[in-house]
Amino acid sequence: MTAVLTRRPGLSRIRAAGPPLYLICLAFVALVTTAALLASWLAPYDPNVVDLGNAMAAPSAEHWLGVDAAGRDTLSRLLLGARTSLLGPLGVVVFSTLAGVAVGMAAGWRGGWLDSVLSRSTELVFAFPGMLLAILIIAVYGEGLLAPVVALSIAYLPYVSRLTRSLVLAERKRPYVNAYQVQGHSALQICLRHILPNIAPVVLAQSTINFGYALMDLAGLSFLGLGIPALTPDWGRMVFDGQTAIQHGYPLSAIWPCVFIVLTVVAFNVVGERWADHVARRTP
Amino acid sequence: MNEGPMKEDPMNAVDPATSTYTLDIQGLRISLPGTARPVLDGIDLHVGAGETVALVGESGSGKTLTSRSALNLLPPGATVEGAVRVGGQDVLTMNADQLRALRTNTVAMIFQDPRAALNPLRRIGDFLIESVTLTRSMSRPDATARATELLQAVGLDASALHKYPGQVSGGMLQRVMIAAALMGDPALLLADEPTTALDVTTQAEVIALLTELRERFGTGLLFVTHDLDLAAAISDRVYVMYAGRIAESGPAQVLFAQPRHPYTAALLASTPRLEAPAGRLAAIDGQPPDLRQESHGCPFAARCPLAMEICERQAPEPLHAPDLPDHRAACHHTDRLEGSPVDV
Amino acid sequence: MSFLRFAVRRLAEMAATLLGASFVVFGAMYLAPGDPASFLLSGRSASPQALAAIKAQYHLDDPFFVRYLHWLGDIVRGDFGRSITYRTDVSRLLADRLPTTLLLVMMALVVVAVIGLALGWIAAVRGGGIDSTVLVGTTLAVGTPSFVAAVLLQGLFAVKLGWFPSSGAGDGFGDELWHLTLPAIALALYLIGMLARVTRSTMLEALDSEHVTVARSRGVPERQVIRRHVFRNSLGTVLTTGGLIVSTLLICTILVETAFSIGGVGQLLELSTTTKDFPTVQAISLIIVALFMAVNLIVDLLLPLVDPRIALGTRSTSV
Repeated sequence: MTAVLTRRPGLSRIRAAGPPLYLICLAFVALVTTAALLASWLAPYDPNVVDLGNAMAAPSAEHWLGVDAAGRDTLSRLLLGARTSLLGPLGVVVFSTLAGVAVGMAAGWRGGWLDSVLSRSTELVFAFPGMLLAILIIAVYGEGLLAPVVALSIAYLPYVSRLTRSLVLAERKRPYVNAYQVQGHSALQICLRHILPNIAPVVLAQSTINFGYALMDLAGLSFLGLGIPALTPDWGRMVFDGQTAIQHGYPLSAIWPCVFIVLTVVAFNVVGERWADHVARRTP
Repeated sequence: MNEGPMKEDPMNAVDPATSTYTLDIQGLRISLPGTARPVLDGIDLHVGAGETVALVGESGSGKTLTSRSALNLLPPGATVEGAVRVGGQDVLTMNADQLRALRTNTVAMIFQDPRAALNPLRRIGDFLIESVTLTRSMSRPDATARATELLQAVGLDASALHKYPGQVSGGMLQRVMIAAALMGDPALLLADEPTTALDVTTQAEVIALLTELRERFGTGLLFVTHDLDLAAAISDRVYVMYAGRIAESGPAQVLFAQPRHPYTAALLASTPRLEAPAGRLAAIDGQPPDLRQESHGCPFAARCPLAMEICERQAPEPLHAPDLPDHRAACHHTDRLEGSPVDV
Repeated sequence: MSFLRFAVRRLAEMAATLLGASFVVFGAMYLAPGDPASFLLSGRSASPQALAAIKAQYHLDDPFFVRYLHWLGDIVRGDFGRSITYRTDVSRLLADRLPTTLLLVMMALVVVAVIGLALGWIAAVRGGGIDSTVLVGTTLAVGTPSFVAAVLLQGLFAVKLGWFPSSGAGDGFGDELWHLTLPAIALALYLIGMLARVTRSTMLEALDSEHVTVARSRGVPERQVIRRHVFRNSLGTVLTTGGLIVSTLLICTILVETAFSIGGVGQLLELSTTTKDFPTVQAISLIIVALFMAVNLIVDLLLPLVDPRIALGTRSTSV
């Protein structure tokens, strides 16, 4: 799924969904984020407390969403899992956006060897799906959230930098940049004060969509038991745990995290596409 | 000047079965969703067999839509009133099969920009024969033979059959377009500004070719243009359109020598002319009316130097000139323009 | 001929990128903290002989670059080293498992191509309610990671309904197809959504072009207009997603094969990553990258056939 970032033709061209769907998705993003922030207060139980006697119990007044195969409360695990599941993609998006914008801006503004090095390395990273790069690094570093986040940031960076580069190139041609140069403003000043605010909406829209992809990749890795430590609740890990329960005819503890993963990714995609569409229509 | 009954009210006078017109548009009114007034409002227009008729107007006046109506090629969601008869049959009520036959064998259109009109991924030969072979009105070898013949008629050779549109010039493509239009041996050609996208020397060649072929094949021609001089040069009769209505119509020579509608007069005055060196060009002030605004009176009233109170209130009916029934103008003040010089 | 030069240039570019990729795959090992030998053994009891064997195999006493060249030379000869976990040649492990994975990927590819194109086509041509339904469906599909699809499909069709086996790859070709049906669908779902959306939007764009109106005005039957002028013209864009589709399929086999306990290369990658069997991880990574690039090369070479403007040089080859 990482690879989707390579060339995502058409996605932005699709008319973004109408306002009602957009608003629902925006609300869902807000809801999940709030839940993640307040998880420790909201969670009714310790997400790691095992109660084998109560394993695979159906939803009840005590356990609203039921319990998993090890008797852990699904609602508490979902809430605290939201924290890990959103924190990882956030890290990926922040890292890749900051570094990607810096690199793309430098390449777009300076051109020359920097630009050709960038385009060569972009080609190389395109050949590596983000998840493969992450697996490679996890194989070296072992457990921990940092390694996959860094790996995915590196894998997503070229997409951001390439976008930034093309935007900067377009922006440079506009007369106001020349005017500032004539007035003796430094390149850095012009970039930060004038170009950056102009291209930010497009980059942020793309980064919002990237958030969904990073979430899918990281959840996939934690489904495999790679990256995120075993005791940290995480949606991907919950799907893996729930798979055992499914074999025993108790699908509920797997379905919940699946639903949340899909809805969160869809919500981020819809919001990001809507923004991208909005920006595209504003600046022809 | 031409055949065809000259009656006061053509709306119901012509019996469709006995109509000798190749194209006969009567009371055509087309409305599009989201507009306050019809895009076309009561168009009456006819093209006789073998006749060349020019349809003149600025962009947005509805001339392209009028010509496309002959193929029932209308924008989605359009509501249509009136009749568009080709060879006596109403195009607007045809079913899919009849329409396909009409488009393949009876009416053909030459489009403005040949570069956009041909699929860049398909060979020219494929383009030429696709309509007649896919509708099974001609076998593939027959179609290829005819395509070769027509390519020669437009001054190209058979090697063009195997080329892609990207490999030939715009002028050559427009020749291909003309050849393609003649593939089904149509009774009527529609040419929608066929020279606008071409450079000046090529324009003249294409026009000459079109005139020659029209005579050779005996097809009627509806020539859509914004170029008055060109219209005068090639056509028997001219219709001048403004804001979805026919402002004036009549034999080409008469209409240009003695315009009876202030819009025609203004158009003529705004055209640069070599033989009138000292003349200052009179641009027409203002803009054509917006489609989003309703209009009750004469659509040209806001820009018309002759406009009076009645013009704002009541849309003028087309009236013919006292001496010439074929020369009609929709204006309350046709008499005030009689014999007046072109410079308004 | 310009096409030949174009092909040679693409081939050279691909070789260069592949070289770069091999360097990344090789160099990653040296990011590990500590001595490479102990990393390669990673906590396993290291007898002096084993240590010596590792050192000899990886030429650990040589300078870094010499080691890389040795390693690269071995790989070019088809020697991917020895698996530390399985104590056997990696190439043998791969030979055992690659057919299953390739079959799975091929099945998914067929499903993606057929259903993705069909949905995109129908949505673009029919519009209205069908279009909205496809849009909603594909929006959900592109939000569904393959492991989620795998677990849900398994729960419904294998465990609850019992229509399909829930794990394993089966014996014999027919049985294998049977076992791989659900995994292939799980693998395909996300890409069906993506391909359908790409197809839909490029077809809508093509539908807007003047030459489509011209074809209609000439009486070409609507079905043929869509096939010859709309679908045909969107084929180039659709084809450029080919490399992306194959690489996504390959990398997602790690999730789907794990979910369905299929003994393919994907599962091997998962196992070797958790057991830090680095030579195996390296080999599989390189194979995935190489396959991705091979598919991209094929796509690039096919594009001039689909779009004559590229072969004629009337349009740039950048995609």
